[in-house]
Amino acid sequence: MGLENKIFESLPDVLTVKLDAVVNWARKSSLWPATFGLACCAIEMMNTVSARNDLSRFGAETFRASPRQADVMIVSGRVSRKMAPVLRRIYDQMPEPKWVISMGACATSGGVFDNYAIVQGVDKVVPVDIYVPGCPPRPEMLVHAITMLQDKIMKESVKDRTDTIEAESRGSVVPGTLPVTEGTALEHETEVEVAQKNISRPYTIPSRHERRRSF
Amino acid sequence: MTEKLHEFVETLKSANPEWVGDVKDALGEVTVTVPREHIFAACEFLRDSLGFDMLADLCGGDRGPEEDPRFEVNYHLFSTTHHKRLRLKVLLSEDDPKVESVTSLWKTADWHERETYDLVGVVFENHPDLRRILLPSDFDGHALRKDYPLRGYEPYSMN
Repeated sequence: MGLENKIFESLPDVLTVKLDAVVNWARKSSLWPATFGLACCAIEMMNTVSARNDLSRFGAETFRASPRQADVMIVSGRVSRKMAPVLRRIYDQMPEPKWVISMGACATSGGVFDNYAIVQGVDKVVPVDIYVPGCPPRPEMLVHAITMLQDKIMKESVKDRTDTIEAESRGSVVPGTLPVTEGTALEHETEVEVAQKNISRPYTIPSRHERRRSF
Repeated sequence: MTEKLHEFVETLKSANPEWVGDVKDALGEVTVTVPREHIFAACEFLRDSLGFDMLADLCGGDRGPEEDPRFEVNYHLFSTTHHKRLRLKVLLSEDDPKVESVTSLWKTADWHERETYDLVGVVFENHPDLRRILLPSDFDGHALRKDYPLRGYEPYSMN
């Protein structure tokens, strides 16, 4: 009667697939973001979930009020120096697998707020998977970012995402005591890769999980 | 328009002539400059005898490193009985930016004075809990001073 009956009629009882493919498919199909809005970008983020843009088409509409139940953190807006430890703590409270979307110019680079109060890019506090430009980005762009993140998840390995407590995650650097750096080491690597044209997607930098795989 | 306010200032002056310095009347607002050592007594008199029972705002200002006195603290008083507003101003030099706290007169002064201390660097003596309120507690310097660099001091400037 239904379509699934036709499928089961034509398929064998047993299928062999890569475990990664199945697990990643499950993970990418229900990305639950943490309920977490920082500034005006959060308004666009709410709009993304609403009826017109309907993020539930991509399985990411369930915003969880607890970071313990969330998979993806959408940093929607400027992160002040005083907010940064809080943001890092929310990130630490999220269980693996977890991803971060830096939404908008402020979260990505500080935007117009090039001053003492605002963290100049949230990637100085948490590892970022996808950067979304815009001020604020339109909801379509956030939807695009979610789909890009889904593509990225499909390329990951389950082994990369064990839920162990990592040293780099626990020894969180509290902003305000951050050392002066000439950009992170990851940024330098990415710059080199972009310069050598080895990187296919210049709009994302590889997450630490992707980098671990390439070792 | 400001006759009533000038009456208050005259009453203040008759109570203690040392309390009242420069008096400015501009745009329907009266500003009285009070010497630093008398601000608490003047505030107390205004609150108890003249009905200025509300401290609407307390804020600091930096006139620039080349000015002397460099800092000012403004007390915006409001009387709910007379429905009048009066501004007191205390001028402070850069070497000794200290002024008596008025927290014991108006509870609301607590956080206002903390904010002024945090951003301008004015120290309020006898304040019950004078620590930073807006900036991180390990912040270096006072951000709203005119000579404070926009991106902050290292290592806070993460550029």
